[in-house]
Amino acid sequence: MAGLTLRNVAKSYGSTNVITGLDLDIKDSEFVVFVGPSGCGKSTLLRMIAGLEDISGGTISIGDTVVNDVAPAKRGVAMVFQTYALYPHMTVYKNMAFGLKQAKTPADEIDRRVRAAAEILEISSLLDRTPRALSGGQRQRVAIGRAIVREPDVFLFDEPLSNLDAALRVQTRIEIARLHKRLGTTMIYVTHDQVEAMTLADKIVVLRDGNIEQVGSPIELYEKPQNMFVAQFIGSPKMNFFRSEDLSETGNALLKGEADILGIRPEHLRLAGKSKPLLTATPDLIENLGEVALVHCKTARGMEFIAKTTDLSAFPIGKEIKLTADKSMLSFFNSTSQQAV
Amino acid sequence: MSSSAHTTKFGKIFWPLLAWIVGLMFFFPIFWMVLTSFKTDADAVKPEFLFIFTPTLENYLNMTENYDYWRFAINSVITSVFATAFTLFVGVPAAYAMAFNPSRHTKDILVWMLSTKMLPAAAVLYPMTFLTKNMLGLFDTHFLVIMVLALINLPIVIWMLFTYFKEIPKEIIEAGKMDGVSIWGEMRDIVLPLAWGGLASTALLCFIFCWNEAYWTVRLTTTDAATLSKLIEGNRAPEGLFFGRLSAVSTAAVGPIVVLGWFCQKQLVRGLTFGAVK
Repeated sequence: MAGLTLRNVAKSYGSTNVITGLDLDIKDSEFVVFVGPSGCGKSTLLRMIAGLEDISGGTISIGDTVVNDVAPAKRGVAMVFQTYALYPHMTVYKNMAFGLKQAKTPADEIDRRVRAAAEILEISSLLDRTPRALSGGQRQRVAIGRAIVREPDVFLFDEPLSNLDAALRVQTRIEIARLHKRLGTTMIYVTHDQVEAMTLADKIVVLRDGNIEQVGSPIELYEKPQNMFVAQFIGSPKMNFFRSEDLSETGNALLKGEADILGIRPEHLRLAGKSKPLLTATPDLIENLGEVALVHCKTARGMEFIAKTTDLSAFPIGKEIKLTADKSMLSFFNSTSQQAV
Repeated sequence: MSSSAHTTKFGKIFWPLLAWIVGLMFFFPIFWMVLTSFKTDADAVKPEFLFIFTPTLENYLNMTENYDYWRFAINSVITSVFATAFTLFVGVPAAYAMAFNPSRHTKDILVWMLSTKMLPAAAVLYPMTFLTKNMLGLFDTHFLVIMVLALINLPIVIWMLFTYFKEIPKEIIEAGKMDGVSIWGEMRDIVLPLAWGGLASTALLCFIFCWNEAYWTVRLTTTDAATLSKLIEGNRAPEGLFFGRLSAVSTAAVGPIVVLGWFCQKQLVRGLTFGAVK
């Protein structure tokens, strides 16, 4: 088991810089999620840690060893691919045993580890099948099994749930969380899905254009986003941003100093009732999800935003309503720097 | 709507009919050749005996007695087998490198290789003959024929293998790297099993090309390394029209390769579907 240290890590293809001067510390047995929109460099970063991509600058250390020039298999990492990447011509058993065989592990040790991993993942009955005869979920388990048997210091997951259907995705997500609890191994997980990031991570790393936007626990990122990008990326639906034109006098009074944007999450908006409202708006569309409803509203100047509510009757379509939110739930930003104030 | 229905009905009869006519046109010369091989030379040129004649094995018997068919056949087997083996020996690593570790120039190299096929063979006939006959002393040797066959087929073989290797998902190769497989192990345990169908069909095609090659085998050999193409060539015309004999030789020359293709067919189809990775 080991932690990871990334110092001034850079990646460029020719003259195109994908990642520039990135620093990151990952503690032993931590579950870290890299999240960001497509093209943000999260997969590239994971592949650099795995050793599948060259490192153009800086150092990556696993434990105390700099691994920049160490072959993938010697880094003590194991990777689970989005497309599973099982060897189609080998049985499940052979797929899982292949890496150990390359490392010249004794046959009885291989057998013990493969059967133990199969036990954990409940795929013992599938060991003689080929990947072709398995469902998507089963294939993903085999891919995870192939990583487990190597007993790595660090697990790397590259969007492992993207190819699964919605129900299976939730189930597998829970299983990965359980696996982390059980093995206590450092895990790095790449996803573009912020729900996966929120539910799995001890620590989330939000990336954009090859830069780290914020590192923190899921709740930190949710409650104290450092900038407008993180504020909108974490949480669903995304955070609403109001300018002073959209706000009432009470709302405007809150914008002090450099702050010129008020951020309120949809779930924190509620009817003002007798208290002074932060803004007034008109609901124009409702998406009812069953347990909650998303109310699409417009301010007087036409700015659209979303409120999340369980009480639909409070949001009559086409009728002006007054809204407020708890002061502790508000975020403030500067529109020029995009940073939190 | 009615017009499209009309077209469909018309098409249902017209296109298969056309296909049959074209197919038979292509097949007829071969059928004629086989038929003629069982006629005497005298009968072979008479139109009234086109379909109805007294069959004879004379041509085939003469062939083995007078022309030493087996020597040519063995030469064909030796040169085709070794040329195919050598082509794969060079082509597999080349295609592997280009498919899995491409550089900026890989595309250019592939196109350049194919462009060598555009050079008319006749353009280098004199230098080749001069070089092999007068300078290297390789004229009419198995070695020369094998090398020439291998080199003229190498571009197409690399292209075919490249396409088959390309079909293997990159992640599987990367999974192998994560598992710590060596380059040789990756080839043996991952790439070749997955590209087996492609490899087999490439090998078969290369073998067929080698077997059928005539331009160089006829011109760079006399007796020692002469292949079946040379035997056919040798039975052509100078003494007059011996169509029966020529047909027998030709039939005996293409026979083995047709039989080989026939037997490999099932193997190949199975191999190709196995290559479908996902």
